[in-house]
Amino acid sequence: MRKSKELGSVFLNGIITENPTFRLVLGTCPTMAITTQAMNGIGMGAAATFVLVCSNIVISLLRNFIPDKVRIPAFVVVICTFVTMVQMFMQAFVPALYDALGVFIPLIVVNCIILARAEAFASKNGVLRSAMDGLGMGIGFTLAITIIGTIRELLGNGTVFGANILGTAYEPMLLMILPTGGFLTYGILLGVMNYLTSRHDKKKLRKGGAQL
Amino acid sequence: MMSEATGIVKILLFMVSCVFTSNYIFSQFLGICPFLGVSNKVETAVGMGLAVTFVMGLASLFTWVIYRFVLLTLGLEYLRTISFILVIAALVQFVEMFLKKSSPSLYKALGIYLPLITTNCAVLAVTLMNIDGAYNLLYSVLNGVFSAIGFLVAIVLMAGVRERLETANILKPLRGFSINLVIAGLMSIAFMGFSGLVK
Repeated sequence: MRKSKELGSVFLNGIITENPTFRLVLGTCPTMAITTQAMNGIGMGAAATFVLVCSNIVISLLRNFIPDKVRIPAFVVVICTFVTMVQMFMQAFVPALYDALGVFIPLIVVNCIILARAEAFASKNGVLRSAMDGLGMGIGFTLAITIIGTIRELLGNGTVFGANILGTAYEPMLLMILPTGGFLTYGILLGVMNYLTSRHDKKKLRKGGAQL
Repeated sequence: MMSEATGIVKILLFMVSCVFTSNYIFSQFLGICPFLGVSNKVETAVGMGLAVTFVMGLASLFTWVIYRFVLLTLGLEYLRTISFILVIAALVQFVEMFLKKSSPSLYKALGIYLPLITTNCAVLAVTLMNIDGAYNLLYSVLNGVFSAIGFLVAIVLMAGVRERLETANILKPLRGFSINLVIAGLMSIAFMGFSGLVK
């Protein structure tokens, strides 16, 4: 019982407390580059989650065999193997998504979220915990980029997941789909997140004070 | 004679498009991590930009040769991501040792970000794009060097803005990454102005 609770908190850690996109600000390149559409966010998130979970499991299994000095190259080779698998899979089964994500699929190799989790978590924890951490981080990343993708698609194209929401009278803000929109959306969302967190912390503090 | 001149013009236009039109930071979102991480001082930004330029130029050269003569002849194209990242990691190690000996102060200033050039997506991206774009050796190296100069321009501009920003009064939740991203967004609007430069 206690163990499953603890696994749950490892899982939630990636989604909320240490959300890779909004709290740790890792993996910023794909976050802004491919979020012109909400669908791309889900595709990219799924690919990254798969790689995260698999590489976390393998690295955690190998953690006692990899010499400390060559650990980074070893991690990169493990990650790269899974990325190549994902790339071939997507090319064969979802060619439209493969074309939309383009060079950013092989670039999952250098996504700092994955290497950071390998270094900070999987190389120090057991298999089950590492898998949970990978899953939580992956889902946190997927949620974050899907939110950014939804905002940009809605404002820049008037649609969400391809379905028209704002009607034909809406004049699309082209800027939101251009690179500028990525920077602005992500920057402002980060600001909003900071504001919400600081307010939450203050509330907690006040509550704690009242109890004392 | 005539065709040679147009060849040179073509190369010049290619360089300009690498630096300005398809700037890695502002229009392709490659290498954002070091762009946000090392842009707090102009001096370190220049050092980082030069180190990246060196690595990207050499990486373009080596990966092109390896792809053309080893992977293609052996039919191992699917190994390109893994072999390219190993080449880049080795190159970064080399640059690190070189800087440690020749310029210890810059080495200290770059700190953790130096080994992180390995995971700078711009470096891996340029090597992959050289292959995808079917560039020849000259164009590959030019693409590597001038895309990196585009990165250098972007990071130095950003560092200049951020030095001024330190004394500015910014809303508290917006401080840090948030305001930097918004500034980068505004700068990318300015870079959109170059888009008509090269047809």
